[in-house]
Amino acid sequence: MNANASLIPKLVALAIVACVPLSGESFYIEIVGKVLVMAIFAMSLDLLVGFTGLVSFGHAAYFGIAAYAVAILSPEYEAASLWYVLPASVGLSALAAFVIGLFVLRTKGIYFIMVTLAFAQMAYFIFHDTPLGGGSDGKYLNNKPSASIFGWEPFDLTNEVHMFYFILAVLVLVYLFLARVLQSPFGRVLVGIKSNEHRMQSLGYLTFRYKLGAFTLAGALGGLAGFLYAVLFGFVTPELLSWHESGNVLLMVILGGMGNLAGAIAGAFAFEAMREIFADITKYWQLLMGGVIVAVVLFLPGGLAGVPGRIKRALQGGEAK
Amino acid sequence: MSTTTKNEVLLQADRLTRRFGGLVANQDISVTLERQMIHVLLGPNGAGKSTCINMLSGDLPPSEGRIHYLGKDITALTAAQRSQVGIGRSYQRTNIFPQFTVLENVRLAAQSRRQQPWSLFTKAMEQKWALDKARACIEEAGLGKRVDWVSGVLSHGEQRQLEIAMVLSTDAQVLLLDEPLAGMGSEESASMVEVLKRLRQTRGILLVEHDMDAVFAVADMITVMVNGQLLECGPPAQIKASVAVQQAYLGTEDSFHV
Repeated sequence: MNANASLIPKLVALAIVACVPLSGESFYIEIVGKVLVMAIFAMSLDLLVGFTGLVSFGHAAYFGIAAYAVAILSPEYEAASLWYVLPASVGLSALAAFVIGLFVLRTKGIYFIMVTLAFAQMAYFIFHDTPLGGGSDGKYLNNKPSASIFGWEPFDLTNEVHMFYFILAVLVLVYLFLARVLQSPFGRVLVGIKSNEHRMQSLGYLTFRYKLGAFTLAGALGGLAGFLYAVLFGFVTPELLSWHESGNVLLMVILGGMGNLAGAIAGAFAFEAMREIFADITKYWQLLMGGVIVAVVLFLPGGLAGVPGRIKRALQGGEAK
Repeated sequence: MSTTTKNEVLLQADRLTRRFGGLVANQDISVTLERQMIHVLLGPNGAGKSTCINMLSGDLPPSEGRIHYLGKDITALTAAQRSQVGIGRSYQRTNIFPQFTVLENVRLAAQSRRQQPWSLFTKAMEQKWALDKARACIEEAGLGKRVDWVSGVLSHGEQRQLEIAMVLSTDAQVLLLDEPLAGMGSEESASMVEVLKRLRQTRGILLVEHDMDAVFAVADMITVMVNGQLLECGPPAQIKASVAVQQAYLGTEDSFHV
């Protein structure tokens, strides 16, 4: 909303994250890199859940499809070209989202949640149980894609620092892209659909097409996150497509505050940080995590994205609105 | 209203019937709407007025009967498609985007006339044609002072005006208005009547209404419905004088002292 007022904290956060590789610790570089990937994933889901009002419970499918696509499309003993595998895997996720969207978008509410889940489970079993995916052990990506263009190599994804900044750059681009799209006539229609789809139809909008566009775009960006995940870790497993992952990314969006891109990023950070911290404390970390999520839903309806506004209001003496 | 007979027929519904299971909500209802005319659907609760307007707007498919708009059969068109040909509607319960400003509500409605879903990098707020149109329609609906207000905080009457502004910005030639005066104070009601009279100059308006004073203040033609059936159709004077109408609809009330 007030993009300029919140620009400075966002830039500070970006600068802090950009300093992580200076630590030189591979562990941190990899784990923060993973969180950035999940943040892209969460933003892609927020386009559906937070902005269009479509609660997809199968978003991990598109993440996993692109992740498997890199592993499958890359030759075993040499590096594939980034400029081929990146668009190909993202395109496959987009295609899957488009086709699945043709079916699931005919349903609403709880049915939509269940059919998106059902399609994601189908995708899970395709990679789990057919020769395509390599079973429950998954598949290795032996050679990370090469960024070279006619012999010139702008960056090297086998270098962990390069990989980190590549992910960070993609995150910033996805954020800017989505922020721009949401201001476009297309984005305004999505927000209108979330608010009152019936009204949009009576105003002459064929809302199905817009929802299909949003679903495909979200699938493509979810696939982009999955692609980065596969390249970052060098292997993929069917668990990437499991309903737990669909649930986790939904929790990130809820934690961060639905309908706020920066919130989705914050939600991904909070979720992964809690997972690390609680897992250190107890093996029953999911209990603690569940408690925090219940508390956020009850006491912070706007999620983390709503916190700055609350602080501001508290400082101004609790004025309403 | 001797001139109205010469007017162009915008909307014509022939023998519309709608059944819900065994219940016949509308039976053989025929309605004609001409340009520069306000046609009121009148009837007690449960008479089937909302069912009728829902069939005209495309929210509900008729079980039988045809609907023509400017001579073309539009019976099979969806609500969105009817909006695109020129039939706009407002709803009985206020139906706006409460978290948007008045301007954004109407701008979004205007945008529906020139949809460019592929132009992802245009800023919606910089589409001048849509903004200009929205401002003009807000003015026409009498909401000029509320352009930048968040619509959810407007008074009930103003929200109804906003709905009308939204319909106007879709270039609708036919306005289907479901109880535009419901829940309004007398002052708001009077200003809405003025708005309706102004809108009539270039369009055709079909409205469902209970407020008797308002009905006779604006109606050029009245169709009275009872129990899903058409009881009588004619100019206000005829309806006022009709014994059948008085017995069926007004017999129990004394609200007919206009």
